[in-house]
Amino acid sequence: MAVLVFADHDNLTLKDNTHKTVTAALALSGDVDILVAGQGVSGVAAEAAKIAGVRKVLTAESEALGRQIAEAVAAAVTPLMADYDALLVPATSVGKNFAPRVAALLDVAPISEIIEVVDAQTFTRPIYAGNALETVVSSDPKKVITVRATAFKAAGEGGSAAITAVDPGPGAPKTRFVSDELVKSDRPELAGAKIVVSGGRALGSAEEFQRVIEPLADKLGAAVGASRAAVDAGYAPNDYQVGQTGKVVAPQLYVAIGISGAIQHLAGMKDSKVIVAVNKDGDAPIFQVADYGLVADYKTAIPELMAALETVKA
Amino acid sequence: MKILAPVKRVLDYNVKARVKSDQSGVDLANMKMAMNPFCEIAVEEAVRLKEKGVAEEIVVVSIGPIQAQETIRTALAMGADRGILIQTDADPEPLEVAKLLKAVALAEEPSLILMGKQAIDGDNNAVGQMLSALLDWPQATFASSLEVAGAVAKVTREVDGGLQTLELDLPAVITADLRLNEPRYASLPNIMKAKKKTIDIKTVDDYGGLGSAHLSVKKVAEPPKRVGGVKVDSAATLVSKLKTEAGVI
Repeated sequence: MAVLVFADHDNLTLKDNTHKTVTAALALSGDVDILVAGQGVSGVAAEAAKIAGVRKVLTAESEALGRQIAEAVAAAVTPLMADYDALLVPATSVGKNFAPRVAALLDVAPISEIIEVVDAQTFTRPIYAGNALETVVSSDPKKVITVRATAFKAAGEGGSAAITAVDPGPGAPKTRFVSDELVKSDRPELAGAKIVVSGGRALGSAEEFQRVIEPLADKLGAAVGASRAAVDAGYAPNDYQVGQTGKVVAPQLYVAIGISGAIQHLAGMKDSKVIVAVNKDGDAPIFQVADYGLVADYKTAIPELMAALETVKA
Repeated sequence: MKILAPVKRVLDYNVKARVKSDQSGVDLANMKMAMNPFCEIAVEEAVRLKEKGVAEEIVVVSIGPIQAQETIRTALAMGADRGILIQTDADPEPLEVAKLLKAVALAEEPSLILMGKQAIDGDNNAVGQMLSALLDWPQATFASSLEVAGAVAKVTREVDGGLQTLELDLPAVITADLRLNEPRYASLPNIMKAKKKTIDIKTVDDYGGLGSAHLSVKKVAEPPKRVGGVKVDSAATLVSKLKTEAGVI
């Protein structure tokens, strides 16, 4: 069988989610190709060609693909599936947006956010906010799968796949791009960061969130996350949200400040290697999953934490 | 214009899902059920469009057991006009749900289908996208703001790096994210009024029937339990343990 992996990128750089999805694909088959759909993606395609184990890289370019409009991406991908038995897509907002369309157009059942490839027909995925793991067997001749990248190791470098251009398809005639409002940051990206510092409702305001969480994150070289409560209250932007309906992260170290630990939040971070919780409520559910808990008001604990970090770094 | 709002009856958001001991699924017997929270947000948005004079009629459709009437009734109490229950005790896959909803859309001819981005039971996040593809209508998923002017919907979407705004030619499919609005609680007079609104009970065969299953569930298991660790007495101890014991800083 042959597998097509959809590359995660921003037209400029290839994201690590792609390497992780290649690992999931290699568990299905040795014949793995990558599709880079976008605009001006020759640099991204060259990076994709270096991933170990990749047979070839396809590129499809148009304005609508550059904006990753779901209708355009699905229209470009679906005809390519004549040559493949499975499509594996990182479960990003782009991937989740278009992959089910491809499944519908192929008349197959999509399989969302797999965390394990059991065999070529059998996959495990979380349901009920990760409170249960479902193992499903697909009888479809072609599989359309989104992959929770944090559950897979990144494939290495060292390949030298050939790069071929393919038909970009008809675009999205009924959908027009208006604008992007992307948060610019020098911090690592939340989804792939080694350390994540997240703030919750206890912070009480956007100013306090910035004053407390961001310097701690910068001290640790960490990405910043937030609970749904903090995002809903306007303390942090929506793309910071960690949880069932936000981002799923699995860093080496997850630091939860003033987060109680609702099941929907735990769903997004409980696979982190080490979890630290700082919360003044010693009964908060977050302590049930934390490796290290500090029962303290963040107002006193964070300055102390900053000072202690200063000492060990020195 | 007419809005179609599909809604799903699921295990209540506040109830923790428990896996059955034979690993055949999640135990739903005698559990509290409710409207999927994302569906509630979609219904609320439809009602607001009606209140603004943009929409004239809101039709709510649910696919599920006879008790899903209660879910439809909740939407009617929020302000929807009439309901359709496609009654089935099967648990149709997202692809089959999308096909049934396509048949409903072709019969009802709405200008807009407003639905939740995902149901919190299966967490598939797929039906809206598939419905849009099957109808060949444009889509905007994960909506956090929506304006309708004439035959165009302007939608701001929550994406990984921030927000994206698109314009769609109607008819279109839009799926609601958490921050689109805060759903209202139905008032008692509106709950009483909703009892008089019509719910048509249909069968899957009225809308083309159910196809054969594409997926079979081999097992549903508990996730590995994470064991809580230790409480430390100070920030200094915490940092020293992170450095020497855990080795993560």
